[in-house]
Amino acid sequence: MEDKTLMVQLNGEARAVAPGSVSDLLRSLEIDPRTVVVELNRAIVRRTALESTSIKEGDEIELVHFVGGG
Amino acid sequence: MTTAVGTQLDQPLVIGGRTFHSRLMVGTGKYHDNETMVRAIEASGAEVVTVAVRRVDLDRRKAEGILHHLDPEQHFLLANTAGCYSAEEAVRYARLAREAGFNDFLKLEVIGDRETLLPDTAGLLEAARTLVADGFQVMAYTNDDLITALRLEDAGCVAVMPLASPIGSGLGLINPYGIRIIKKRVSVPVIVDAGVGTASDACVTMEQGVDGILMNTAIAEANDPVAMGSAMRLAVESGRLAYLAGRMPRREIAVPSSPTTGMLG
Repeated sequence: MEDKTLMVQLNGEARAVAPGSVSDLLRSLEIDPRTVVVELNRAIVRRTALESTSIKEGDEIELVHFVGGG
Repeated sequence: MTTAVGTQLDQPLVIGGRTFHSRLMVGTGKYHDNETMVRAIEASGAEVVTVAVRRVDLDRRKAEGILHHLDPEQHFLLANTAGCYSAEEAVRYARLAREAGFNDFLKLEVIGDRETLLPDTAGLLEAARTLVADGFQVMAYTNDDLITALRLEDAGCVAVMPLASPIGSGLGLINPYGIRIIKKRVSVPVIVDAGVGTASDACVTMEQGVDGILMNTAIAEANDPVAMGSAMRLAVESGRLAYLAGRMPRREIAVPSSPTTGMLG
């Protein structure tokens, strides 16, 4: 992989990430895609589309899951 | 259940076409540790457990999702939109929750005030209409106001969830009249959500004739959450049975229980 990185907003924080797909990003974060839901620029990315969805400069990415709540 | 005076069978709780075996629903927040949470839920006998949608903590990976501890095969996961202060925000959270892939049910909350956590009923109705149109089975957390409950039913909600008292307050059932009139006038199940503090609160709430109760803090913040889970199971069952049994009338004078005849002369 080239050393060029993309600046994105990941869960509200500016982060430099390697170019690639959403799947690649989850892999680099060691997150099992079955345990999270991904939102990219306010649109949900279906699990079946994680591999084919590329990350672009300036993307806003949210990774959410279920936590304890009432 | 067969009684001495005949058979009075309780109907199962059905919400949005799905049958639930317990009238007690419990939250999963505020527990000191996950093991206690799991044991308390087990003791409560609850089938429906609520969960919240939040960001994955990218740096502190030890803060695992709740599904590391709760088996979705054993429990019915009811996602909430807790912490949402507008219809738009609640709809966003709802869609993320559904994408997790468990079911289409949602405990809809649109909060209007940070101090009381009372619902924003205008936002609630707006979000409910949007989500019902989007195929959600919406269970709406609302206040003890009949008109809002009727509007939520009109909007297509599968259950209305009026509060007993504010979230996390433990003040018990403040307005039994409000809850009874909602139950009387609304056709969909009425699940009282929030405010129950201890077993007697749960029992009194069920005695109003409502279909179920959802609680979190009363169990999670008890000194012994597992014992309180058990107490709440019994209280909900007891209150339900007492409601079905039909209580004696209240009188302001005494009526002797023993015969007044046959006394010694």
